[in-house]
Amino acid sequence: MSRISSAPRTLGTALGSAGSVLIGRAARAVTKLRGGGGSAFPGLVVEKLDPNFLARTLHRLPRGVIVVSGTNGKTTTTKMVVELLQGQGLRVFTNRSGSNFTRGVVASILEDVRLTGTLDADIAVLELDEAHAVHFVKAVRPNHSLLLNVMRDQLDRFGEIDTTAGMLRTIAQHTVEAVVLNREDPRVRAIAETLDTQRVDYFGLSESLRGHFPSDDDFHSGPADAADHPHADVVLEELTEGGGRFTIDGESVSTSLTVNGAYNTFNAAAALAVVRQALGETVDPRALIESLSKVSPAFGRGESLTVQGRPLDLVLVKNPSGFRLGLSSFSAEGVATMIAINDNYADGRDMSWLWDVEFASLAEQGVRMVSGVRAYDMALRLKYDDVDFDAVEPDLSLALTRFLDENPDRPARIFCTYTAMLALRKRLGAYTEVEAF
Amino acid sequence: MAEPKPIHVLQLYPRDMNIYGDFGNALVLQRRLQWRGYEPILHSYDPEDEFPEQVDLVIGGGGQDSGQDKIQQDLLRIGDRLHTLAQSGTPMLMICGLYQLFGHSFRTREGREIKGVGILDLRTEGTDTRLIGNVVAESTEFGEILGYENHSGQTYLGPGVQPLARVTKGEGNNAKDSYEGARFKNIVGSYLHGSLLPKNPAIADFLIATAVQNRYAEASQPQIDPAGSAQPIDELTRKARTTATRRPR
Repeated sequence: MSRISSAPRTLGTALGSAGSVLIGRAARAVTKLRGGGGSAFPGLVVEKLDPNFLARTLHRLPRGVIVVSGTNGKTTTTKMVVELLQGQGLRVFTNRSGSNFTRGVVASILEDVRLTGTLDADIAVLELDEAHAVHFVKAVRPNHSLLLNVMRDQLDRFGEIDTTAGMLRTIAQHTVEAVVLNREDPRVRAIAETLDTQRVDYFGLSESLRGHFPSDDDFHSGPADAADHPHADVVLEELTEGGGRFTIDGESVSTSLTVNGAYNTFNAAAALAVVRQALGETVDPRALIESLSKVSPAFGRGESLTVQGRPLDLVLVKNPSGFRLGLSSFSAEGVATMIAINDNYADGRDMSWLWDVEFASLAEQGVRMVSGVRAYDMALRLKYDDVDFDAVEPDLSLALTRFLDENPDRPARIFCTYTAMLALRKRLGAYTEVEAF
Repeated sequence: MAEPKPIHVLQLYPRDMNIYGDFGNALVLQRRLQWRGYEPILHSYDPEDEFPEQVDLVIGGGGQDSGQDKIQQDLLRIGDRLHTLAQSGTPMLMICGLYQLFGHSFRTREGREIKGVGILDLRTEGTDTRLIGNVVAESTEFGEILGYENHSGQTYLGPGVQPLARVTKGEGNNAKDSYEGARFKNIVGSYLHGSLLPKNPAIADFLIATAVQNRYAEASQPQIDPAGSAQPIDELTRKARTTATRRPR
């Protein structure tokens, strides 16, 4: 790879877009032959040869680029924004391969682009990891950005929560037209003060729901005073059975949702706000709600499966806020609960976060199975909250089999970290149809 | 049976210095006191609160730079009270951010000098490198100590304190020497989160035994394992520790 990176920078430009596309595709073919996933490497090759490839291609899109970033809920929210726009009759390019870094975006473009360097799309919606987004927006200034939240899960990658907030601020400052901010997250809300030219719209929660969505700060000090909250274009007013009621531009709208959980319902408010901002007057509000009700969860986020005739929910938990919300969103009554905690790189290695979640809501029903690499950390955590558990089995595969065998007649719910979810899903494929990733 | 005797635990600045799960330390102390038949009374102290009359044990956690800025003035304001408690042998556990501020000073990357409360003979310098990852350290007093560090401030001990432990995996106080944390009178200072006490009950029990001895001049009652689960807490702790020693940095 060192030989490629030392190639003259002008080569790509001399070759033009067609050259870059062909080289990138060749690199992808080589990567795939060697058994790689074919995502980052071809992106890297093109980026080195033709650093302007990304900007040039994306800026040709008639409606420009929307960027979605934040620590939680990016993937599902991006999927919502894409499907809302498609429901408005637009052709949408998105980085669906799951590698949400710049090179992943380049790789996705290589798959879709014509040799002339044009994408067959009206608009791009890109999910960007905070750290890589900064690099990205300096190369490609988005027209709109949607900034969701700053929570604690990735602290061991970025060091501090304020650093992460700073990355989101940089994204907003490099946005050309307008940004959408989460009114309820103090660190995201404060970004508005640093913007001069960009229009700012907000999505938010009704006062009655604020207590339901504690932020990291609220956990220890109670919610902040709501008096200084700006007007929000889209407000989630209440959670209903299987959906939510929103106020959109002053009008009350109720809808059912295919995605589940309080968090995803709030993500829907975020997606509505950015689509309304991007389309302005031309938006068709009825089609918007219809599309929204049909959006299915992104891979692995709040999935409901049927296993041996019983419903089984997989609930992804990766930080204290998410875990607390997962516990408060779903009643434990009558449900067999399993918790699976891994500490692989993608999960975060630090186990401290488990101690910022209260598990008292599980005390009455208890927990049937505790699993994952850090099963004993989790079991110890439950013990200190006086929550009983039946078994601890670090091996996910053994734990799942035993959990299913011993709880045949009840709905099941598994709270799991990211890599634990990957492993469990794979294993669940033996019992039921699980969508390929 | 006699009424359980109260033990007053003071938690310093939980609002601004809480970010790495150090609440787990407060929980472990409360539970282990209860399991020994004492009544833990937790006082949360935030800036400008009234300092409680009776304090038997003090704990403090880590925060971000912005949290440290918010509490620093107040910490100096209550400095005399803390010095008196420290000198009289009150057990204390100070983690990360408050460990740093219990020292003489913290010099930021920009060269600004933040004054600490000066109970521990140590100084900290802000750096551009973050020391992040699992830590295993060896202590003659508490045995093997396991935790997780995440700090860019690097701390150097003066002759007035002893190191808490010697690091065998990870960095600890700084990237140069192999020390982790500090010991002085009945104070334990450490960079380790995790939270620290759940997987290092030897430290929790030292703090509890010292608090009980100071307050009631008695050895603390033996711990009665909470009823319920088949797996005793000692066994769970041992297994969680075994896993922790084997995980990558």
